[in-house]
Amino acid sequence: MDMNTIEAVVPTTDPGDWREGDAWLAGGTVLFSYGSSTLRRLLDLGSAGWEPITVNDDGIELAATCLVATLYELPDSPVHAGTKGTDGAVRLVDKWPALELVRPCCDSFVASFKIWNMSTVGGNICTSLPAGPMTSLCAGLDGTATILGPHGSHREVPVAELVTGDATNALLPGELLRSIQLPASALAARTAFRRLSLSNLGRSGVLLIGRLDPDETLVLTVTASTKRPVQLRFNAAEHPDPGELEAALDAAIAPELYHDDIHGLPQWRRDMTYRLAEEIRAELLMGRSA
Amino acid sequence: MAMDINGETHANSPRPGQCLRTFLREEGMQGVKKGCDGGDCGACTVHVDGVPVHSCIYPAVRAEGRSITTIEGLPDAAGADLHPMQEQFLKAQGFQCGFCTAGMIMTAATFSDEQKQNLPRNLKGNLCRCTGYRAIEDAVLGNDGGGCSHPPSESCALDAPAVSPRAGTSSAPAAVGADTPAPAAPLVVTGTARYTLDVPTGEFPGLLHLKLARSPHAHARIRTTDTRAALAVPGVVAVFTHEDAPAQLFSTAQHELYTDDPDDTRVLDDVVRFKGQRVAAVVAETVAAAEAGVRALDVDYEVLPAVFEPETAMAPGAPLLHADKPEDSRIAVPERNIVAEVHTEIGDVAAALDSADVVHEATYVTQRVQHVALETHSAIAWTGADGSLAVRSSTQVPFLVRRTLARVFALPQEKVRVVAGRVGGGFGGKQEVLTEDIVALAALKLGRPVQLELTRSEQFTATTTRHPFTIRVRAGARRDGTLTALALDATVNTGAYGNHAPGVMFHGCGESIAVYRCAAKKVDARTVYTNTLPSGAFRGYGLSQMIFAVESALDELAVQLGVDPLEFKRRNMIRHGDDMLSLHSEPEADVHYGSYGLDQCVDLVRGALDRGRERGAGGEDLGPEWLVGEGTALSMIDTVPPRGHYAHSIIALTADGYRLDVGTAEFGNGTTTVHAQLAAQVLGTSPAAVRVRQSDTLLTEHDSGAFGSTGTVVAGKATLAAAQELAGLVRSFAAELSGVPAEDCTPVAGGVDCAGQLVTFAQLAEAAAERSVPLQAEGRWGGTPRSVAFNVQGFRVAVNSATGELAILQSVQAADAGVVVNPRQCRGQIEGGIAQALGAALYEEVRIDDGGTVTTDILRQYHIPTFADVPRSEVYFARTSDELGPLGAKSMSESPYNPVAPALANAVRAATGVRFTSLPLARDRIYLALKEAGRVPAVGADLLLAR
Repeated sequence: MDMNTIEAVVPTTDPGDWREGDAWLAGGTVLFSYGSSTLRRLLDLGSAGWEPITVNDDGIELAATCLVATLYELPDSPVHAGTKGTDGAVRLVDKWPALELVRPCCDSFVASFKIWNMSTVGGNICTSLPAGPMTSLCAGLDGTATILGPHGSHREVPVAELVTGDATNALLPGELLRSIQLPASALAARTAFRRLSLSNLGRSGVLLIGRLDPDETLVLTVTASTKRPVQLRFNAAEHPDPGELEAALDAAIAPELYHDDIHGLPQWRRDMTYRLAEEIRAELLMGRSA
Repeated sequence: MAMDINGETHANSPRPGQCLRTFLREEGMQGVKKGCDGGDCGACTVHVDGVPVHSCIYPAVRAEGRSITTIEGLPDAAGADLHPMQEQFLKAQGFQCGFCTAGMIMTAATFSDEQKQNLPRNLKGNLCRCTGYRAIEDAVLGNDGGGCSHPPSESCALDAPAVSPRAGTSSAPAAVGADTPAPAAPLVVTGTARYTLDVPTGEFPGLLHLKLARSPHAHARIRTTDTRAALAVPGVVAVFTHEDAPAQLFSTAQHELYTDDPDDTRVLDDVVRFKGQRVAAVVAETVAAAEAGVRALDVDYEVLPAVFEPETAMAPGAPLLHADKPEDSRIAVPERNIVAEVHTEIGDVAAALDSADVVHEATYVTQRVQHVALETHSAIAWTGADGSLAVRSSTQVPFLVRRTLARVFALPQEKVRVVAGRVGGGFGGKQEVLTEDIVALAALKLGRPVQLELTRSEQFTATTTRHPFTIRVRAGARRDGTLTALALDATVNTGAYGNHAPGVMFHGCGESIAVYRCAAKKVDARTVYTNTLPSGAFRGYGLSQMIFAVESALDELAVQLGVDPLEFKRRNMIRHGDDMLSLHSEPEADVHYGSYGLDQCVDLVRGALDRGRERGAGGEDLGPEWLVGEGTALSMIDTVPPRGHYAHSIIALTADGYRLDVGTAEFGNGTTTVHAQLAAQVLGTSPAAVRVRQSDTLLTEHDSGAFGSTGTVVAGKATLAAAQELAGLVRSFAAELSGVPAEDCTPVAGGVDCAGQLVTFAQLAEAAAERSVPLQAEGRWGGTPRSVAFNVQGFRVAVNSATGELAILQSVQAADAGVVVNPRQCRGQIEGGIAQALGAALYEEVRIDDGGTVTTDILRQYHIPTFADVPRSEVYFARTSDELGPLGAKSMSESPYNPVAPALANAVRAATGVRFTSLPLARDRIYLALKEAGRVPAVGADLLLAR
């Protein structure tokens, strides 16, 4: 919708330009969807020129402005010379199997593929909805956000900690999410993905991502179900049995942390979290003794 | 920097915060529609550099230097006028109101073959509220969209040659019974059909824009409104408050008799009774200035106590909403907030319940749901030098709007003109005056044209919803399967105003119980004011709520008796000729069995479910956590609303065919097609030779409007009468011209066949003009006597006991629509009714918090069915021909909605053993109820939940 209080669109990536009444404009799909009666200027990242995806041996860096449509193509993209896996992998997903999470996460958007042509990875994380699938993906892969502040400063925050609640996050006024670094160790993991929604292809009510890293660390990331991402981490020596997993969930998620809105009652989200977590545990640890 | 739009350079620059959608419309691309303005519905889809995007959330400044394609510029296929996808939507008639169509085509035109394989995923960003998506699927895949949706091995009435009363009297193929395409189809698929605000730039010089300040309080008195700051905003022209509004009370509800609704509403009031009610109107040169003016208003409120639930609203000492109204306002008990009530009993219900072998007693609750017509309410008003007023509005009832405006503004009716363009969906929501009065006020005061377009959020927070019902049912039956007692106690929440409150309550208590033979029936019902969003007319008009309770309750009785629920209902339902009794011991004097097909509908649904099971739609391949069950529900509806429904049609012969003027509006119901077909049938020609003009108070005398499914059975009767009279005139005149006896003259395609010699339309028109013989005729119908139509719905569902997920394995509806004038359209009405009802049964709920605030105010919070949510339904028709309807036809628009929710709840009951007494049947609620019933498998059981 028209944002009729906007007086100027300013192309910049400098947090020093930010002042009260400004908003960073990435894809615009959230700003223009909700509208505003208070914003005065949009700080336009459209000409930032940030490389959407940078791949190296340490992992993958996603620019905040990386389009969801671009990310969706990533798993099938060719492995570049210099980063080629020793097994002769040709697709990136062959080198880093955790990229199998990318497409289910994109498909978890309630928005259609057309919106992916505009909306960005960073925009979804900064919107910080419990059901934000880019939050799910990046938190689930232990992504670290690089955040730009004024005067050339920057800081790094795990994505799982960047989103702090329903539409709240750790960004200070004027700070700008620059990129998310997905580490190679997580990308090399075997993964499991589970999601439930109240409608077919609708807004996620529960979204769990499981990861078994090369060092046998089991990581379970709960999103959508909870107001903010919750991670459970078990090292190789501490793989849980069903009872231990249940106890760990009890300890990690207080009842009031389950999200309550029209997309799912908290009691349902809670029970589904336990059910799907156990499925993931069973799938990833199959054949191993707990 | 310039923008390329459809191959032409546009030099204008967008405003900084402007979205691409409004910029494109300002540049003349009016095929780009606003359905939600929030990126959810896809009606505004365009291509930017070939990539499909939602233009309502695309920053317009980002489009500078790029190349934009809209529906107007979609490239044609080589040698054709249309893009292949437009051709396909034309061929399959993949639309009803057509408001979503441009966006659908712009999206589907980009699909690869691979994308077409997964339409649930790839079309979920394009919402259609009318069709139920089957016709859209056929269009996108290039199918013809004709015929029935049942499996090829099945058959129904439509598979036989059409029943045509005049078949054989002319050489022309029968128009009635054919899948005639909608006359507006070429306009719809090219984005050139003109909806309410699709007005060319320049048609209204000096057009002003109006925005409404809305109440932040659920109940308050306005002490003062300081307008100075608002008036100081550049571009603001005027601010109107209750001090500027007429004192005349009226109802936003529109009925043939305005006395059907209480006079409890003012254009602008000094008391506001719900959050979101109009407080003031700001009129400005631009929407932006009007918005700024609204923000600058300083309103001082005296906050009053508010009440949100009917039970508390009726209690002594409750805040009173309309105790200030005059005695003649037609409010039943203002000192208890009761708008209307009814208490009746046939037989002795207490005794019948005492002696019943089984009794079911439960309280059923239906929620608020919203129409979500894709086109929001909108209107433009302008005035003439002679003091006349004209309004172009998105309305189902232009003539009633004219009458209301004349009454409210004390204008002679002939000084008021109301016209509707093509209307982007209605579903009852546009049987109200919600925009016309305020733009009329502004235009009359300012003498300039004024436009108001509601936002999608205003639709949710400040228009109307379906009335929420709380229904206590007591029902009893004998062991032999006889229904012996049916008692309903209903409390209806009408919200802050009583629009449609009496009508919905009475209608709800009518056909829902009249469809059963039962010696003892009792109804207690009341409709109650609360400080919430007003309820209003909604598809089904009270029946969907009451039928949910009645059909659920009878299902429970059957379960207790250990008999098949549909057999139990068949045993107790009315047979042809039985008295149809609900609120009185005597049947309604003007409701007759013009035809009866309920028994056929029951058999059709039973048979289809049986065969579905046999062919493997029984869910046998699902895992052990899936519980499978079947459920059914039946429903009846009077074919016309009570107390008169009037229509007037004028048909004239022209040099190229016939011109038919009708009063009734077209909002996707397909009546324009039906009228052309009815006239063509009588006049022996093709529907294409009948040019229909409609919904303009200048064209015809009076029309009660398009509600209560009257477009065919009432307005169609008027058209039929006009056409029949004209046929006589034309034959006589042709006989005079040709010297052939009139009995040998037959109207045919191209003119009149006079014993083998064709007298053409042009010859007839020219001669008529020379001799001053008007080849024109009129028809009228008053909507009485009335008949009854029937719908029966069946489902087979599977419920995942581990997650609450509900899957529909088979959906069947059988309809008794009399002679089906246009099978494809009628099937579309039924499919659309099922889909809309599934939304209400599964997802939709307008939530209002403890303070009276609507919290579900965007489409992401109010999920309507997408392509991914709606199963394909098998649609069957009974073989009947109605004695009262035009050429045997009956109504079939709102009624397919009515049996769906209870059929689904009954199927879930059969699958799980759990009776759901409230809607929606959302997955989380299903799961939690199953958990309480001990039906949920243990965590870690060997189930596969991934998807």
